[in-house]
Amino acid sequence: MSSSDVSSVRCTPLLAVESLTVAIDETPVIKELSLEVESGEILGLVGASGSGKSMTALAILQLTPERATLRGSVRLQGAELLGMRAPQLQNIRGRDIGMVFQEPLSALNPLMRIGEQVAETVRLHGAASAAQARRMAREALDAVGLTGEQGALHRYPHELSGGQRQRVAIAIAIVLRPALLIADEPTTALDAENQAQVLELLGELARTRRMGMILVSHDLALVARVTDRIAVMQAGEIVERGVTADGLRRLQHPYSRALLAAAVPAPKRRAAADAFAGASAANAVLEVRGIVREYPLKRRSLWRSPGAFRAVDDVSLRIFPGETVGLVGESGSGKSSLLRAILGLDFVQAGEVYLAGESLLQATGTTQRRLRRSIQAVFQDPYGSFDPRWPVERLVSEPLYLLDVQPSAAERRRKVALVLEQVGLSSADAMRLPHEFSGGQRQRIAIARALIAEPAVIVFDEAVSALDVLVRAQILDLLADLAQRLKLAYLFVTHDLTVVRAIADRVYVMRRGRIVEQGATHTVFAAPEHAYTKALLAAAPALVNATM
Amino acid sequence: MKRRSGGVALSLGALLTASFLAMAVLAQFWTPYDPEALAIADKLQSPNWHHWFGTDQLGRDVLSMIMAGAKNTVGVALLSVLIGLACGVPAGLLAAARGGWVDEVVMRGNDLLFAFPSLLLAILITAVFGPGAVNAIIAIGVFNIPVFARVSRAGAIELWTRDYVLAARVAGKRAPRISFEHIVPNLLGLLLVQGTIQFSLGVIAEAGLSYVGLGAQPPRPSWGRMLNEAQTLTALAPSLAVFPGMAVALFVLGLNLLGDGLRQRRAR
Repeated sequence: MSSSDVSSVRCTPLLAVESLTVAIDETPVIKELSLEVESGEILGLVGASGSGKSMTALAILQLTPERATLRGSVRLQGAELLGMRAPQLQNIRGRDIGMVFQEPLSALNPLMRIGEQVAETVRLHGAASAAQARRMAREALDAVGLTGEQGALHRYPHELSGGQRQRVAIAIAIVLRPALLIADEPTTALDAENQAQVLELLGELARTRRMGMILVSHDLALVARVTDRIAVMQAGEIVERGVTADGLRRLQHPYSRALLAAAVPAPKRRAAADAFAGASAANAVLEVRGIVREYPLKRRSLWRSPGAFRAVDDVSLRIFPGETVGLVGESGSGKSSLLRAILGLDFVQAGEVYLAGESLLQATGTTQRRLRRSIQAVFQDPYGSFDPRWPVERLVSEPLYLLDVQPSAAERRRKVALVLEQVGLSSADAMRLPHEFSGGQRQRIAIARALIAEPAVIVFDEAVSALDVLVRAQILDLLADLAQRLKLAYLFVTHDLTVVRAIADRVYVMRRGRIVEQGATHTVFAAPEHAYTKALLAAAPALVNATM
Repeated sequence: MKRRSGGVALSLGALLTASFLAMAVLAQFWTPYDPEALAIADKLQSPNWHHWFGTDQLGRDVLSMIMAGAKNTVGVALLSVLIGLACGVPAGLLAAARGGWVDEVVMRGNDLLFAFPSLLLAILITAVFGPGAVNAIIAIGVFNIPVFARVSRAGAIELWTRDYVLAARVAGKRAPRISFEHIVPNLLGLLLVQGTIQFSLGVIAEAGLSYVGLGAQPPRPSWGRMLNEAQTLTALAPSLAVFPGMAVALFVLGLNLLGDGLRQRRAR
């Protein structure tokens, strides 16, 4: 071996991507991209959806769609991956490069025990006997913090929480001790607490195992928590690189600054929250009093009556005209059950919902329809909220069913055009089908659907969680604007404290079916009283970094 | 590779199914000979230029009988699928929409119906009302009801969890309207696939019932009875059993390929 070979081995970075260009059907989606990752180093690849960050991750793994053409060079430990044959690549994927994807549920096989799934990776690469593979699976699950009963090998994915599933996915990725780990939005589907923990875990794994890592995300503030270096992508190119330790405020490129601003949206408070403090129950636009929602548990004995699980335990809250209220809690805290009760969709065991002083749950006929018009909802999933077969006009005008006299077709069309324009879409969009729109546009359509009934309150169920930061910021701006113009009150149900801080005047914190803390947003955020609120705040990455 | 073979299966299935359907429609207006006309002098001919599929022991033209039999089979299978759809889908939708004890009652009723094989049901109906094509339709149709009820219930339960159904409820719509506007249109693909499969089972069931004499009555030709009558003559004229047998097999194969193909296309 000549001396030049030795030096080249020493200087070769773990992963070197040089002038990588990816084109799909002749349209370039990644242009002349170069990046390097060293062992034990975490690179954050940040950009809005469509910026090409996920495609870059896929291109490194050679998992691009069949129509894509790749040029340039991708070298792992000096070996060129581009143009490598499929069987060799399959050896590299999983063994030398591990992968973690966004959606932990769809990444796991629901019919396979988690131990088998982790061991399967080992077996596929022919590295070990069944017993050895099981032992390695145990070690990997321990390494991701799924120790003891929690990470028992015989459990199925559906028995685990979202955060635990993502840990299993990480265990699968690291079980063969790959030199490089690629994580594509690994925490986006998780709530704040799990987000922080999974990020910490990834950082720790990279350090202790000397593993290189590429962390793909749209959330600059979140990425800043664990990465060593950051590359910001826009339209298929890296527009800026930075060292995380220097602080995000040092980023110069206008696009980076936009991303950063969007990740930590500034509060858009319209009125001093204290102004509502003196408001009496009489003028509350929505009042929820003592709601209890129980789900029967499985009957265990023929003679004893089955127990019940209290998803919502004696919850009361008030919203005043024009006010935006946040309802915060982790997944499983009973937020969604409460929300369905407030909308009058579910039977409740006890409690009342008053809209401007009138009872929604007791109302019937014309009164019920009138009250239902005054409370509308926007749901989480911009893809699942629309019947895929209905054109936008029919979708948006659905709440008009609540009118006592159904409007004429022309009237309907006029109203749809009006609300579409209010949310920043055009009346020409009325004839299109939902799949023709992007996630952000769909959420605008969902808002239009809520507006058409001319409500006094709109309830948002995680309505911006599925959107990337830039789109999220736009939607939040739109909502603040609409609230002011149309004198709307909002109830914002979310696990995302960043959003609550940006938009809410007051906040309720919910845990295990109970409201544990409430107050003006700035007060609660500045001086949380309940231990749970403190924990939630500590876990929110964006808020910590906002002070950087 | 897999994708292409799926496409081939779908095309082949569609072709076979379309041929038999066309044959049934054609038989409504024209057959080479009168399928019920006896011509003892021409009996038991092997396939030849005048009688492509030969003639049977009573001198009837086998091709004409196959065509008339196709008409009979398609009629029985189609109507029984429609009975299954008309009764099963509303039951499934109701069970999915209401849940709780309504669901239990509907599904246990389903199990009860499921417990009777269509042959047993046909014998029961025949014992009461006498044999005939109409009773075969009812027997097979009743057998289809629980199948469609289950499929539409399972599909509807999944659709009921969608946010757009929640949005419709916020818009004040009640279960029947939501079922009609949102659930059924999104179930159509599923029902089409299941309908194709039930159609093929209907073809087999009709052949089985008429084989034991519980289907269409003479002189109306049916594939099942043709097989039955050919049985005693297999040594003399094996082709008599081959043609109706092939007709059943190919039609069922075509329908199954079509159903599988449609299901794969939905899954993509």
